[in-house]
Amino acid sequence: MIDWIQIFSNAAQELISPTTAAYALAALGLAIHFGYTGLLNFGQAGFMALGAYGYAISVLSFNLPVWAAVLVGIGASVVFALILGIPTLRLRADYLAIVTIAAAEILRLVFTTNTFEAITGSAQGLNGYKGSFAALNPIPKGTYGFGPFQYNEYDWWLRIVGWTVVVLLALLTWLIMRSPWGRVIKGIREDEDAVRALGKNVYSYKMQSLILGGVYGTLAGMIFILPRAVVPANYQTSLTFFVYAILLLGGAATILGPIIGSMIFWVLLSFFSGFISRAVEAGWLPFMTQVQAGQLRFILVGIAIMLIVIFRPQGIFGNKKELAFVK
Amino acid sequence: MSSDVTPTSKPVKTTGLHIGEAEPGCRKVDPILIADGVTRTFGGLKAVDVDHVEIPRGAITALIGPNGAGKTTFFNLLTGFDKPDTGKWEFEGRSLAHVPAYRVARMGLIRTFQLTKALGLLSVLDNMKLGAKGQSGENLFRAVFPFIWRKQEEEIEAKAVELLTRFKLDAKQTDYAASLSGGQRKLLEMARALMSDPTLVMLDEPMAGVNPALTQSLLDHILDLKSQGMTVLFVEHDMHMVRHIADWVVVMAEGRIVAEGDPHTVMENPAVIDAYLGAHHDTDLGATETENVEAIKELIDDEQ
Ligand SMILES: Nc1ncnc2c1ncn2[C@@H]1O[C@H](COP(=O)(O)OP(=O)(O)OP(=O)(O)O)[C@@H](O)[C@H]1O
Ligand SMILES: [Mg+2]
Repeated sequence: MIDWIQIFSNAAQELISPTTAAYALAALGLAIHFGYTGLLNFGQAGFMALGAYGYAISVLSFNLPVWAAVLVGIGASVVFALILGIPTLRLRADYLAIVTIAAAEILRLVFTTNTFEAITGSAQGLNGYKGSFAALNPIPKGTYGFGPFQYNEYDWWLRIVGWTVVVLLALLTWLIMRSPWGRVIKGIREDEDAVRALGKNVYSYKMQSLILGGVYGTLAGMIFILPRAVVPANYQTSLTFFVYAILLLGGAATILGPIIGSMIFWVLLSFFSGFISRAVEAGWLPFMTQVQAGQLRFILVGIAIMLIVIFRPQGIFGNKKELAFVK
Repeated sequence: MSSDVTPTSKPVKTTGLHIGEAEPGCRKVDPILIADGVTRTFGGLKAVDVDHVEIPRGAITALIGPNGAGKTTFFNLLTGFDKPDTGKWEFEGRSLAHVPAYRVARMGLIRTFQLTKALGLLSVLDNMKLGAKGQSGENLFRAVFPFIWRKQEEEIEAKAVELLTRFKLDAKQTDYAASLSGGQRKLLEMARALMSDPTLVMLDEPMAGVNPALTQSLLDHILDLKSQGMTVLFVEHDMHMVRHIADWVVVMAEGRIVAEGDPHTVMENPAVIDAYLGAHHDTDLGATETENVEAIKELIDDEQ
């Protein structure tokens, strides 16, 4: 028979998993880009890859301490944002979309190619960079927790750091979006010429937004690799689209949306994958193999998201009134 | 497009603005804006071809001309929203060539758009606040510390509410700008432009779609701007309004300045009649031109 307890407890674990935190942060970055500024960044996977590789390479190849490795990743993503933004932010919105999607792919291929294998590990990727992060852990050895949330000291450390970063950056985003700076940013989303006519340097604001949201993506990339290895195949364009799905699920111009959206996304994904694979085991779905079942979960999550978007198009936290106006 | 409201009081007209004959490109006693040889072509069409024009300071100048005369394009060129093929122009003695639009605005030259640009998903009040200049909270680093900008924000809000009241939009403060009617958006855009205390306001058809009762109070408001020392340049098809408040009229046709003068004499200029009716006004008129004919008839009637 199907072990429902196991399925539910696995799904519940996703609520606070570091991966959920990483996606929440990446989606929060996209909320700044897309939800608040109206920038179509389709290269969030590239920013995440820079965080992952920037951190891992700094530690492995250059023996840098944790803080320096974090700064290297942030620096790399600022440079990446400038390279993307300088030629495109003066042009129509679609140019940024095309350039970001291509640039993120180029980054991934550069990390995958054999030419730089000594540094990037090419297709195998990198691991063995967690020592210095684990060494900062103040929690004594052991297993802690309750209910489904039983983890050792490293896993707790990871979750605490990951979610602290998410909460701090969510607060920061909330602060700046209710400030005059946020007003200019939202004005640009509505009509950048009008904002220009009022004496605001639109280009500079768009650049600030691109850099800021990109740095969020980079930090997300770092949290993402702490429970696993760095593998270039993780940074495909589909990663960006999952982050967009999370953003739209939660509400594009909201602070809580990306966070709760990420939780729902991962809990649903885990629930469906647990359920389907056990249903196949139990012979409920005789026409299906385990491999096919692994794909089915994405289809079901896709349907769930479609339903939410159809019946709640503003996202979970979005303001229904906003949708009353068709531009 | 005629407002049936008769002016309550006769506005005080500023006279003695020009030097010499009132002819196209004539010099002004105290020009605030001077354009020289500004041209802009779209494909083969010469949309703007202005040899020389000066806009007088402290007065209300109307820029009129038939549809497609190049008025909006000229506005775009002057304010940095479009780049001319040739020409130079200066505002308060400073050259504006190659100055980006946002810097032009910071220098005190604020414009509105013919196709209204209300920021739909911002509240009416936020639209207004965005118009204020020199906000310290618009810097990303200072934005994080509300105590730095809170006081300035309160001042800006008070000013915004005052202007909204004047434009009869105060009841709509918290609504999204997208929920306003077309005319209300025009009003909002104009009020927003005034938030920065500009020295020169350029209004592209400010009255299009605004109801006559409100038109009157807006006209008064524009006159008020003049008495506060602001210079106003506006594009308008409503000849009653032009006659009522303009101190000076510049007439454009097919990209060129064809006539200049005070509102009463300029209408008698044959070049103006030609501009509106086309050089072929003795031949059969197409349906599109009837509106222009109406406008010019009204003018001529008004004069008598
Ligand atoms: N972006 C553009 N591309 C091509 N042609 C244009 C463009 N903008 C304006 N034009 C052309 O330039 C000419 C002048 O247009 P403009 O909008 O300046 O007229 P206008 O005087 O403001 O007219 P209206 O009173 O109808 O607003 C028109 O013939 C128009 O077709
Ligand atoms: Mg026009």
